[in-house]
Amino acid sequence: MMDNLYMPYLMRIDRITYEAPGVKTFMLKFVNEADQEKFSYKAGQFGEYSVYGVGESTFCIASPPTRKGYIECTFRQTGKVTNALSDCEEGSIIGFRGPYGNVFPIEEWKGKNLLFIAGGIALPPMRCVIWNALDLRDNFKDVTIIYGARTVKDLVYKDELKDWELRKDVKLVTTVDPDGESPDWKGEIGFVPTIVEKIAPSSKGTIAIVCGPPVMIKYTFPVLAKLGFTDESIYTTLENRMKCGFGKCGRCNVGKVYVCKDGPVFTLAQLKELPDEY
Amino acid sequence: MNIDKRLVRKDSLEKLFDILKQNSKTIYAPFSKNGKTSFMDAKSFAGISTGHIQTSESSKDIAFPRAEKILDYSKNKEGMSVKGIDFADIPEVVLWGVRPCDAIGIGELSSIFNWDYKDEIYNNRLSKVTVFGFSCNKSDEYCFCTSVGGNPGNTAGSDILFTRMGEDGDYLAEIITEKGLTVVSLAQNLFEKSETLEREKFLAEVPVRFNHEEIRKKLDKFFESKEWIEESLRCLGCGACAYVCPTCACFDIQDEAHGKKGSRVRCWDSCGFSHFTVHTSGHNPRGVQSARWRQRIMHKFSYMPERLSVYGCTGCGRCSRACPVDMNILEHLISIQEVTV
Amino acid sequence: MVDLIKRAKELIETSVVKVLIGYEQGTANKTRALFVEKADDADRLIFDSRCVQNLAAYVTKKEVKEKGKMAIAATLPVMRSIIQLASEFQVNDNNLLVLGITPESKLIEFANLVEVETFVHKYEIEIDARNKEMLDKLEKMTQAERWKFWMDELSPCFKCYACRAACPMCYCSRCTVDFNQPQWIPVPSHELGNLEWHIMRAIHLTGRCIDCDACYNACPLSIPINLLTKKMLADAKEHFGAYQPSLKGDHLMSTYKPDDKENFIQ
Repeated sequence: MMDNLYMPYLMRIDRITYEAPGVKTFMLKFVNEADQEKFSYKAGQFGEYSVYGVGESTFCIASPPTRKGYIECTFRQTGKVTNALSDCEEGSIIGFRGPYGNVFPIEEWKGKNLLFIAGGIALPPMRCVIWNALDLRDNFKDVTIIYGARTVKDLVYKDELKDWELRKDVKLVTTVDPDGESPDWKGEIGFVPTIVEKIAPSSKGTIAIVCGPPVMIKYTFPVLAKLGFTDESIYTTLENRMKCGFGKCGRCNVGKVYVCKDGPVFTLAQLKELPDEY
Repeated sequence: MNIDKRLVRKDSLEKLFDILKQNSKTIYAPFSKNGKTSFMDAKSFAGISTGHIQTSESSKDIAFPRAEKILDYSKNKEGMSVKGIDFADIPEVVLWGVRPCDAIGIGELSSIFNWDYKDEIYNNRLSKVTVFGFSCNKSDEYCFCTSVGGNPGNTAGSDILFTRMGEDGDYLAEIITEKGLTVVSLAQNLFEKSETLEREKFLAEVPVRFNHEEIRKKLDKFFESKEWIEESLRCLGCGACAYVCPTCACFDIQDEAHGKKGSRVRCWDSCGFSHFTVHTSGHNPRGVQSARWRQRIMHKFSYMPERLSVYGCTGCGRCSRACPVDMNILEHLISIQEVTV
Repeated sequence: MVDLIKRAKELIETSVVKVLIGYEQGTANKTRALFVEKADDADRLIFDSRCVQNLAAYVTKKEVKEKGKMAIAATLPVMRSIIQLASEFQVNDNNLLVLGITPESKLIEFANLVEVETFVHKYEIEIDARNKEMLDKLEKMTQAERWKFWMDELSPCFKCYACRAACPMCYCSRCTVDFNQPQWIPVPSHELGNLEWHIMRAIHLTGRCIDCDACYNACPLSIPINLLTKKMLADAKEHFGAYQPSLKGDHLMSTYKPDDKENFIQ
């Protein structure tokens, strides 16, 4: 039998972490060691996760390639498949195929400052590249993370946020939308674009990586432009609907560009070349 | 390889059919029912339709079935066992009576399934298919193969192309590929040598209606045109055009569970459906029908040529014939050609 | 259709309506929908026996509705659909003006939907002789024969949903087949998926289907799916009385009456 593109790896759920209401992280290990050995990926790539009998769902690999032996994914319970995933227990077997798509060009960012801006459930795609960068910390100058969610409860990776907060080599700013704060909230209060403007990170020698809901992205780009970021120095990911992940099922294209193959990582300069269909 | 031309007498076709059957080939051929002509598993030669201009559906089903298993799974005590499909189970098929606009479509479909990632399920199905093309001796106002690089006697995509020489005449057989040659070797005596084999005068005349390269150039600057909105107002957003098209390849992947066992199925989908691109959040990048109609035309005449170096349209005209509200692709392409951008 | 063209021009010019939905000559020998938004375009309006597409399917289409008040050149089946749609709160006198085309091809402009209803009620919905014969034939079949008949007919269906798109009553923004939690109907077009889709469709249309045959006419494979809705229409008549779309909204299948002859609900 020749290769079947649609055949997932069997993955065992090794650990489940409850992140926020409806949001969980799975640590997944390959059932077959041989699969594990030939598997490799880079920050920014995604895959198709499946519950057998229910279907497949697309999301990023949330753990960095610098951590070997497992992958992690974080998802919010919203559709048929993510609901079924949410019902899975530690030890359950699910499917994973990938990695697909392009990558964040981390090698090209050597010697630069990194500014990560994320909103809500969009931290996972960025977590992969954050940890990737932190695991290679000496390659970069200042690392700033601005992360916002609607409410304190909605912040994901709470333990890691604490870690980042304590690290001297990371500047972490967390924020929640007005009225989303808890009585003991010590972070910022305000929408992400406002906080970016307030913090005003220097654009000099800095790469900005922005992931979040469309409305957050829409209002963050002009703020970055005001701070002097060029379109080439701003990166984001698109998350169009997909079924196959490899350029055939016909869903994810934005004009001539296939998000699954040419993306999901784009610079703002590239986005500006695309028709408004994402 | 050089195309070998042979004479096949009109009463030899049935013999050829029987010989193929004796060699345990599955034969798909066009049959008419309810006034429509479709490819069906032909048990006997009798009843195979020859008079139709074009079948209602294309023949793409044979390599890209409307619903096909891509894997089976079963949950057991040890965990989970998953099995891909066994390519050996795919039968050897002769596709009988394919028009040149369908045969050439196989190449276009193959480009989609093979750019970058190679889809071996599709490729294996296709490798088991021998295509018997039948040239067109008549056409209708929906036909426009000659505008997209084809013609009524085009050999591309066929393994053997038959051209009927006159209304009740014998056939000219052009043996185009090794696969075609293999078939001929099964029935050598039916493929006679002959000196006087002319075909052009028996072929249908299909006038060139537009220049596809020009359309492609126009489309580069046409994305924001109001034409899409005006032209698509009567489109009701069904998938008839996509499902009869020989090159449309959009699909969905669905799981079907039966207790502890089940299958994952790849099935046709259409960019014309309103829910096709909806995000889980509810956001829809192609939220209106005009955006979806635009995608259909742009994909075939701009994106595919750019990314795959082939056009996604063979000029078979099926989508226009099938459309319940007369969305006529030829009419729209001509109007795009005429617009100054 | 000189009258229709003249009236269409007036309605557009005086901005009584923003768009008029009628028929125009299409490609080949087809006719098709025309959306008149400029008075000059009204000259393209036609009406003849080929104009059978049920234009009422457009009055719920978002892109058409958004244009503002609509007028529609409505044959009897279209008028029936409009009354049914009105009873389901999809159209009303404020957003739709009906220019009726009588079975004798006469133009009548209705002041309101009540008048349309009065007109519609003059005509019983009757299944045509050819299809009646087909239904009788199906009735006389054994269960196994009937099963085979439907399996044969429905197996070519590739679920393009042209039947749904062409039907004025299928205006749901999310159809039952598009739901996946739970997945009521299998998505792929195989035996079970096809059968369940068409049965579900027929059931959802019972007591609402005005028997216009739009579904059948739209089917690119000419599958006689209208036999299912016709059978339901005939059965509903037998059990609950003849169906007529009505502004009162007393829907045949969802109205409880104390004297209902079925007693399971009492």
